[in-house]
Amino acid sequence: MKNIAFGQYYPADSVIHRMDPRAKLIVAVLYIVCTFLCTNALCFAVLVLSAVVLTLLSKIPLRLLLRTLRPLIFILAFTSLINIFFTKGEHLLTPESWVVKIYLEGIWNALFMILRITILLAATGIFLSFTTTPIALTDALEQLFSPLKKIRVPVHEVAMMTSIALRFIPLLTEETEKIMNAQKARGADFQSGGLIKRAKALLPVFIPLLSSAMKRADELANAMDCRCYHGGEGRTRLKVLHFRASDVAAMVLVVAFGVGIFFLNRLGIGYTM
Amino acid sequence: MERRDKIVLEHVSFVYGAGTPFEQKALDDVSLRISANCITGVIGHTGSGKSTMMNLLNGLAKPAEGKVYLDGYDINTVLSDVLEEWRTRPEYASLSARAAKKAIKAEIARRQRELCFRVGLVMQYPEYQLFEESVYQDIAYGPKNMGLSPQEIDSRVREAAAFTGVEADWLNRSPFDLSGGQKRRVAIAGVMAMKPEVLVLDEPAAGLDPHGRTQLFEKICAYQKQTASAVIIVSHSMEDMAQYCDEVAVLSGARLILQGSREEVFSHTDLLEQVGLDIPQITQLVRLLRARGVELPENIYTVDRAVELLRERFAETGRCPAGGAK
Ligand SMILES: Nc1ncnc2c1ncn2[C@@H]1O[C@H](COP(=O)(O)OP(=O)(O)OP(=O)(O)O)[C@@H](O)[C@H]1O
Ligand SMILES: [Mg+2]
Repeated sequence: MKNIAFGQYYPADSVIHRMDPRAKLIVAVLYIVCTFLCTNALCFAVLVLSAVVLTLLSKIPLRLLLRTLRPLIFILAFTSLINIFFTKGEHLLTPESWVVKIYLEGIWNALFMILRITILLAATGIFLSFTTTPIALTDALEQLFSPLKKIRVPVHEVAMMTSIALRFIPLLTEETEKIMNAQKARGADFQSGGLIKRAKALLPVFIPLLSSAMKRADELANAMDCRCYHGGEGRTRLKVLHFRASDVAAMVLVVAFGVGIFFLNRLGIGYTM
Repeated sequence: MERRDKIVLEHVSFVYGAGTPFEQKALDDVSLRISANCITGVIGHTGSGKSTMMNLLNGLAKPAEGKVYLDGYDINTVLSDVLEEWRTRPEYASLSARAAKKAIKAEIARRQRELCFRVGLVMQYPEYQLFEESVYQDIAYGPKNMGLSPQEIDSRVREAAAFTGVEADWLNRSPFDLSGGQKRRVAIAGVMAMKPEVLVLDEPAAGLDPHGRTQLFEKICAYQKQTASAVIIVSHSMEDMAQYCDEVAVLSGARLILQGSREEVFSHTDLLEQVGLDIPQITQLVRLLRARGVELPENIYTVDRAVELLRERFAETGRCPAGGAK
């Protein structure tokens, strides 16, 4: 359990969790394209509605989804301000005499941009990071890119390395914590002193960590050799991914959604970018 | 000798990954008293929370609920204590906010380290913490952090090495060239060299050969007698626990289910079996013999003692002591 806890994966039993990771990847990409298709207020309203439905379907707490936005707040605020102050339009909101001129169009643009980025992030969260384990994701990527093997792109090898690396991250963090505590128990001080002193104080953590990581890598390589690992050729999988009817339905649905957005754009209801 | 509490846990709970979907309660309302000047054993099956409990004893991990007292002092109040003290100091007002913050931080770190020196913790699989160029330097790491004089450090290193069976000619070797069991001894010596008032050993003998186990436990006993410290040992071996510990605590599923003198604890055969633990085989054998009428005291924890008593019986009666039966 602990092993998949890293990253943002949120374990739950939802329609989206159960989807094939390849389908999720494709749907995510298409859905993100949809967010870029939107150009008028009605479209955005529909988009927001769809995002709400997806959030409910995925059973991810809203709090978690919103947390992914936190690092972007500054950029969002900054670009909206630029949009508000520098968009020229027809409906002036501020008095003519003011040096700073704010147009209604600017506010709309800022709003659209915020919605677009928020939904883009929410969609990646809902389809990928929160509902798909990193390992499943690499698996899906490997299969989706497997046609590239024909032109000698080492797809399998890259995917294997990625999943091993992903698998090792939580192990290493756990181990770092353990070793740090062991050294603290012997009076190590990681906090006081200048930069150089602190860097030196980390040596007692870094050396055992490196040594055990190398040992682990060695053992893993041996274990793989013992099981006759010889690269991707002719390799079968433990977990065979299956496209089910629901996965196909999801893809059809998102394409239909895109087409719908396209026509709604044509109608041009509400403010249009 | 009069019994005195060294460490007291009061309604302690601990949760891993609080607030995440992977939340796990590792300790649930544990209240435990650990006596000074004796060896306390902690037993419990895998995952019962023994290591978690040990990590709370030096203040590096904080309980979610409850208190941990060392000689009556709540070790998790270091922060508020320091803040309180500093507020009343005259020089506090004259310092700039930043300097004061820095000084307070340093003071907290100092006290935290002091706690670590008083409660020496040897974690489970401590062999992974070795890092110095030589075994000698690695054992000296703790004493060095304590700021002792070079002579004192030298004498402590040699003393601790002798206690744990680290041979003199290993001292100049790299710790990475030693075997697992040898590394384990070095790691234990590294904590012993700090001469803590409380020595906590989390499965010190796991993975050692039988001879090495006995030797290590005997040295630990000798250390305890010599320093009159409190020693806490976590182990899976009932035999070792029965032989070397004065008091025993039993954990099961994050809860403390038994504590007391070893006689008391091992008399609860049924309860121990219920949670997947045994009483030592020799104790069981002696009980069976008693049931068949052999006159033996009830609580015998070592094979040597049992053999000795049986010999005595034999010498007295001149026949096999199996109560008439051949
Ligand atoms: N770093 C951690 N993160 C999350 N859960 C943990 C962590 N360490 C331990 N646990 C969980 O806490 C519980 C108690 O673990 P603990 O290590 O204290 O058991 P233990 O009694 O020492 O077992 P063992 O005899 O195997 O050493 C276990 O269920 C374990 O899964
Ligand atoms: Mg343990």
